[in-house]
Amino acid sequence: MTVTIELEGLVKTFGSTRALDGLDLSVGEGTVHGFLGPNGSGKTTTIRVLLGLLRADSGRATLFGGDPWREAVTLHRRLAYVPGDVNLWPKLSGGEVIDLLGRLRGDLDNRRRTELLDRFELDPRKKARTYSKGNRQKVALVAALASSAELLILDEPTSGLDPIMEAVFQDCIREIKAEGRTVLLSSHILAEVEALCDGVSIIRAGKTVQSGTLTDLRHLTRTAITADTVQAPTGLDQLRGVHGLQVDNHRARFDVDTDHLDEAMRALTKLGLRSLTSQPPTLEELFLRHYGDELARDGVALESAEEVAR
Amino acid sequence: MSAFTGTRALIRFGVRRARVRMLVWILGIELLVVFTAVSVKDLYPTPESLAKVAALSKDNVAAIVFNGPAQALETLGGQIAFQIGSFGLIMVGLMSIFMLGYFTRVEEENGRTELLLATAVGRHAPLVAACILVTAMNVVVAVLVAGSLAAMSLPLAGSIAFGLSFFVLGLVFTGITAVAAQVTENTRVVYGSCAALVAVSFVLRAVGDIGDGRLSWLSPIGWSQKLRPYAGEHWWALTVPVAAAALTLAAAWLLTERRDVGAGLVQPRPGRSTAGPSLGSPLGLAFRLQRGSLIGWSLGLLVLGGTYGSVGDQIDQFVEDNEQMADYFAAYGGATLTEAFFTTTALMLALIGGGFAIQSMLRAVAEESTFRAELLLATPVSRTAWVGSHLVVAVLGSVIVLGLTGLGTAVTYGIIVQDFSSLPRLVGAELTYLPAVWILTGVALLLYGLVPKAALAAWGAYAVVLISGILGDVLNLPEWLRGLSPFERTPALPANNFEFLPVAVITAVAVVLMAAGLASFRRRDTPA
Repeated sequence: MTVTIELEGLVKTFGSTRALDGLDLSVGEGTVHGFLGPNGSGKTTTIRVLLGLLRADSGRATLFGGDPWREAVTLHRRLAYVPGDVNLWPKLSGGEVIDLLGRLRGDLDNRRRTELLDRFELDPRKKARTYSKGNRQKVALVAALASSAELLILDEPTSGLDPIMEAVFQDCIREIKAEGRTVLLSSHILAEVEALCDGVSIIRAGKTVQSGTLTDLRHLTRTAITADTVQAPTGLDQLRGVHGLQVDNHRARFDVDTDHLDEAMRALTKLGLRSLTSQPPTLEELFLRHYGDELARDGVALESAEEVAR
Repeated sequence: MSAFTGTRALIRFGVRRARVRMLVWILGIELLVVFTAVSVKDLYPTPESLAKVAALSKDNVAAIVFNGPAQALETLGGQIAFQIGSFGLIMVGLMSIFMLGYFTRVEEENGRTELLLATAVGRHAPLVAACILVTAMNVVVAVLVAGSLAAMSLPLAGSIAFGLSFFVLGLVFTGITAVAAQVTENTRVVYGSCAALVAVSFVLRAVGDIGDGRLSWLSPIGWSQKLRPYAGEHWWALTVPVAAAALTLAAAWLLTERRDVGAGLVQPRPGRSTAGPSLGSPLGLAFRLQRGSLIGWSLGLLVLGGTYGSVGDQIDQFVEDNEQMADYFAAYGGATLTEAFFTTTALMLALIGGGFAIQSMLRAVAEESTFRAELLLATPVSRTAWVGSHLVVAVLGSVIVLGLTGLGTAVTYGIIVQDFSSLPRLVGAELTYLPAVWILTGVALLLYGLVPKAALAAWGAYAVVLISGILGDVLNLPEWLRGLSPFERTPALPANNFEFLPVAVITAVAVVLMAAGLASFRRRDTPA
C-alpha cells in the first residue's frame, strides 16, 4: 500500500514548550485515519507541519512522497483542508468563500457544490459575519468536500455541527472513502472516529502513544461479556484473562482480554449457553486507558469518566 | 433590575482591560501639546519675535488651512494654540472614536457583550459605561493640557479654554461614535464613517477660516476653535458642542432600545451566492478585502486635495503687498508664492497618504492572526503570492490615492484660475512622493516578515515621519533626525525641480525593504 502521510520523530518547539516530541504518524492511501488526542496534545501543530505552515525542528515529514515545507504549493494541489477554528472574511458570503477556495485549488466541481450546499442546508448568500460557528464550519467543509482532492485534512471538522449534520458529514466521508481518497480526521468525537476510520493514532503530549487499525487496537483491550447459562457458572474465575467477574444465579458478567476470548467462549459453551451478549471495547475505553493516569491524577474515577465520555 | 445595573463594574473592567491603550492616547496628546508649547516658547522668546511671526502667519493661507484661524497670534498662548491647532483636535477626535468603538461595537461584534448582558447587566450599561470611560479620558486630557500650559505661566483663563476646547471636541465625537455604533453592526463602518466626519470637519473649518469664518460653524473642530483660547475667550461658544454632544448621546440611548444586541439598525444585505470572476486569485481577494478602505482613503484625499487647490489662487492676493511673506517664501528659491503653497500641501497630502500605505500592508497581520491566511496557504498559493497580494494593493493603492489627491488639487486649481497648464506639474509633485510612501510600506512588510507581533511598530515609524514633516520646524527637530524621513529627501515640487537621483535611491531602498520582507516571511512559521 502506498503511504500518503509519513511522519517520523517529528519535533517542534515553541520557545520552551515542546509541542511535538518525536511524533510518528503513517496514513496509507485510500484509508480514513483518525487522529486522537486531548486539547493541546499537538494535533493542530502536526497538521500545520503537514501543510508546510510550520517547519519542524527535527524528524522527517513526507506528504505524497514530497517535503511539505519545500514543495508546499505543488502538494497543496492534491489536498483540501478544513481548519479546526474556521474564521472567514466577514464581508464575503459563504458562496463566495467556497468559490474562492475552489478556484485557488483549481478543482471546484459545481454540481457537487450545489449538492453539498443542499445536503448541509447552508445558505450561500449570507455574509460570513452573520454565520454561527457551525455554519462557518459548513462553509469550509463544503469547500473541501466539493473538491476532487486526493487527500482531505480535517481538523475537528464537526465540533460545531448538530447530530443531523454530523450524520450528513459521515455519509460524505464514506463516499469519499469509496472513491479511494484518503482522509486524515482529527477529532474529539470518538463515535465518529469509530464509525469512519480504518486506523487511528492516539497522541499525547506531542508523542504517538498508540497507532494501528481499530481491530489491532481492540486486541490490546478487553471485551465485555454477559452470559446466561443452563448450569450455574462456576470456575470462570479460574480462566486466564478474565477480570471483574460477577455471578448472579445463572448470569455471569465479566471482561476478558481479547487474546483469551476463545477460551472463555469454550468454557461458557460447556455450561450450556442460553443467551450471550458481547460488547467489543469502545474507542472511549481505548482512549481513556491511555489517559487513565492523567484522569486519576485529576481525581476522576475511570468508570465515571467513561460514563461522561458516553 | 434597572437598565444601568452593572455600569460601575463594567467601568472598572474597562479600565483594567484598556489601561495601556488609554494611557498611550492620553500621554501621546499631552506630550504633543507640551513639546509644541515648549518649542514655540524657545522659538519666539520675545514679544518682538512673536509679533514678527504673527504678521507672517496671519496671511499665510497654508498655515491657516493646517492650523486654524489666526487668533491672537502675537501672544505666546495664541501662537501655541495655533501651532498645535487642528492637529491636536484631530487626535482628540480620533481617540474618542477609537476608544468608544473599542468599548462598544468591537465587543459586540466579538460576541462578548452578549456574554455580559446575560449576567446581571442592564441593557444600557455597556454604552453608558463606554461613554463614561471615554469622557473620563477626555477630562484627563483637558486637565493635563490646561494644567501644563498654565504651569508654563500662560494665562489661566486661556489655558482652561484650550483644555475645554479639547474636551468638548472629544465629547462631540463620543456622541457621534455612540450613534454610529447603534446604526451599523460593522466596526469598520463605524470607524470609517466617524473618521470621515473628522476629515469633513477639518475641511469645512479650513475653508471657513480662509473666508469669513462662517463655514467653520458647521465643523466640530471649528466650534472648539471658536472658543478662542488666549484670544479673548468666547465662553458662550461652548454651548454649541455641548448641545451637539447631548443630542447625539440621547439619540444613541434611544437607538439602543430599538435594536437587537449584536445587530445594527441597518440590516446587512444578503451577499452573492457565487463569487464574481475577480475572486479567483490572492490578488483578487486582497483588492476585494481592501476595496472599502481604498475608496475611503481615495475620496478623503481627493476632497482634501481639492480643498487646497480651490484656495491656491488666493495666495497671490494675500501676499501682494506683504514684504515679510515675500521674504518667507523666498526661502523656496524664487518660486512663486502659489508654487510654494502647493509644495507644502503636496508634502502634507503625501504624508497623510502614507497612512494608507501602512494600513494596507498591515492587513496581512490581521489576516494571519485570525487564521484566515491559513485557509489560503493550504491551497496551492505560495507564501510570496499571498503576502505579495497585499503588497501589490498597498503599492498600487498608494499610486491611486496620491494620484487622485494630486488630481484633486490640480483640477480645482485649474477650474479656479481657468488654466490647466500646471496640472501635470501639480500631479507630478504628488507622485514624486510615491517612493517615500513605499518606504513606509517596505518598513511595515519587513517588520511583519521578521516578527509579526512587532509589525504595528510601523505606525511608530509613521508617527516620526508625520511629526517631523508637520511639526519639524516648530519642534526644531535636529537635522539628522529629519533626514531619516524619506519625505524630507524627496525633491519638493513644484517649487523645486525634479531630481532623478534622490528619487531613484529612495525607490531602491523601498524595493530592498520589500524584498527583505518577502524573504523573511518565506522563512518563518505561520502563524508565528
